[in-house]
Amino acid sequence: MTRTVFENAIEAQSLVKTYGDVKALDGLDLEVETGTVFGLLGPNGAGKSTTVRILTTLSRPDSGRAAVAGIDVLADPVRVRHAIGVVGQKLGADREATGRENLVLQGELYSIPDLKARVDEALERFDLPGDRLVKTYSGGMQRRLDVALGLLHHPQVLFLDEPTTGLDPEARAQMWEEISRLAREERMTILLTTHYLEEADRLASRLAIVDRGRIVARGTPDELKSELEGDTIHVELVEPDGLAQEALARVEGLGEIALDGRVLRARTRDGGAAVPAVLAALEAQGLRAASVTVARPSLDDVYLRYAGRAFEVGA
Amino acid sequence: MMRQTWQVALRYLRVLLRQPAFIVITLIQPIIWLLLFGALFKSVTLIPGFHGSYVNYLTPGVVVMLAVSSAGWTGMGFIEDINSGVMDRMLVSPAWRGAFNLGAVAQAVISVVIQTLLVVLLALALGADYTHGIGGVAILVLVAALLAAAFASLSNGIGVLARQRETLIGAVSMVLLPLTFLSSALMQASLVPHWIREVGRFNPVNWAAEASRSAAMGSLDWGLVASRLGLLVGLVVISAWFATRAFGVYQRSL
Repeated sequence: MTRTVFENAIEAQSLVKTYGDVKALDGLDLEVETGTVFGLLGPNGAGKSTTVRILTTLSRPDSGRAAVAGIDVLADPVRVRHAIGVVGQKLGADREATGRENLVLQGELYSIPDLKARVDEALERFDLPGDRLVKTYSGGMQRRLDVALGLLHHPQVLFLDEPTTGLDPEARAQMWEEISRLAREERMTILLTTHYLEEADRLASRLAIVDRGRIVARGTPDELKSELEGDTIHVELVEPDGLAQEALARVEGLGEIALDGRVLRARTRDGGAAVPAVLAALEAQGLRAASVTVARPSLDDVYLRYAGRAFEVGA
Repeated sequence: MMRQTWQVALRYLRVLLRQPAFIVITLIQPIIWLLLFGALFKSVTLIPGFHGSYVNYLTPGVVVMLAVSSAGWTGMGFIEDINSGVMDRMLVSPAWRGAFNLGAVAQAVISVVIQTLLVVLLALALGADYTHGIGGVAILVLVAALLAAAFASLSNGIGVLARQRETLIGAVSMVLLPLTFLSSALMQASLVPHWIREVGRFNPVNWAAEASRSAAMGSLDWGLVASRLGLLVGLVVISAWFATRAFGVYQRSL
């Protein structure tokens, strides 16, 4: 099958969406190059899911425009629906039906020709027992079925909304492997939303950080990390204490000091050299450190810097 | 469109078939109603001005009541689908929106037709006299199917808009008895207060009761049957339109 190649598989300009008084999207812009995995990062409520709902034609923005696979989502939603696959945040399969029944219904909704062969192929590829009821599937199997449903009609652009939330580590690793494979072998464009930084770092070739309905930073994972020169010092205090931040402020060469619960973070040019001074400053205040680590910047630090608060894992 | 509708209907039918308890309840409910109402209102026939046997009178009444009460719960499936994420997955597919509603409606209609046939056979055993033979019974079944289709669509629309079980349960409970009692389902029209007769003219349950009774048991009045069938068909179309439109309202709220 030949496919039209667009420069950008996804384009969104100045998307605004409000729910009552809450501004979920506040002028969000996004470009995702064809054939890449793009990670949309941000905490709950930042606007990730709203963005996905608009791009997948489920919802409409109050203003702004968007195109997916070169098709305007507002003007021609039905054509967009043919071109995209969506794996939503909630499990989208019918739990009271078998895996096969779910796939057959999905195939009919997309008018897929030669459906039986396609369903068999999907069951085999995702290693799913087609004749068992979905409610007897493990969490990982249910998620694989969701992905199989989203891919059944061979979409050009795949939306994965928090695909590994709630999965155990083994199932998560499997899912990562599958996503990498899709990107590598099928050159599929994938928009991935996640609040796991590790996931974005591993899978996405480009990232955008969303906060309060806007993109606050974008680039490759390395670009984002290298914008933060030097090291990050993490100090885990025995007990949370507001004075700790003040104590570190007196240490020369430390910047961007932030306290998040019991964890103090600070940035410095040379982490190793700063550790003794940090410990001395804490001791002078009578504060005890449970652990001190010096690290190269992680996406966590990038997120902290742009979104102004630490990344919270969990729904 | 037909294929998609049928696939959606199959999905809901399979859910029902996999719940033996539900099948038993669906089949027992008509029996209980017919026997219970038959016993409760037996002496109605003693009221001066009441014509014929009560089983004859009651059978179409129980049929229409069953149609409304069974089909009224159809929207529960959509509420379930919205909560589970299945609805969003269906809505991002290019399938025709009408198929989602009509598929669920088809399931409701099939269930109601089976229940109706059961009532028809049971009433026959109790001595009902289908004066107009198989053709009359066919119209009785058609009326039940139309009434079920209309209420299934209304239930779907309410389910999609309200998205809460409690709202739908409230709506069905609130509507079922008044619609039944404001009709000739259980009591001959000439014996009810004038205002109830007047209100009944706008009551779909009454249209169904009148049409099915006239066709299956009573003095056949083609004009009455045709006009009530026409009204029911109109209601089916309007309610299906309402339910299909409800998806758009739901999506705008996302």
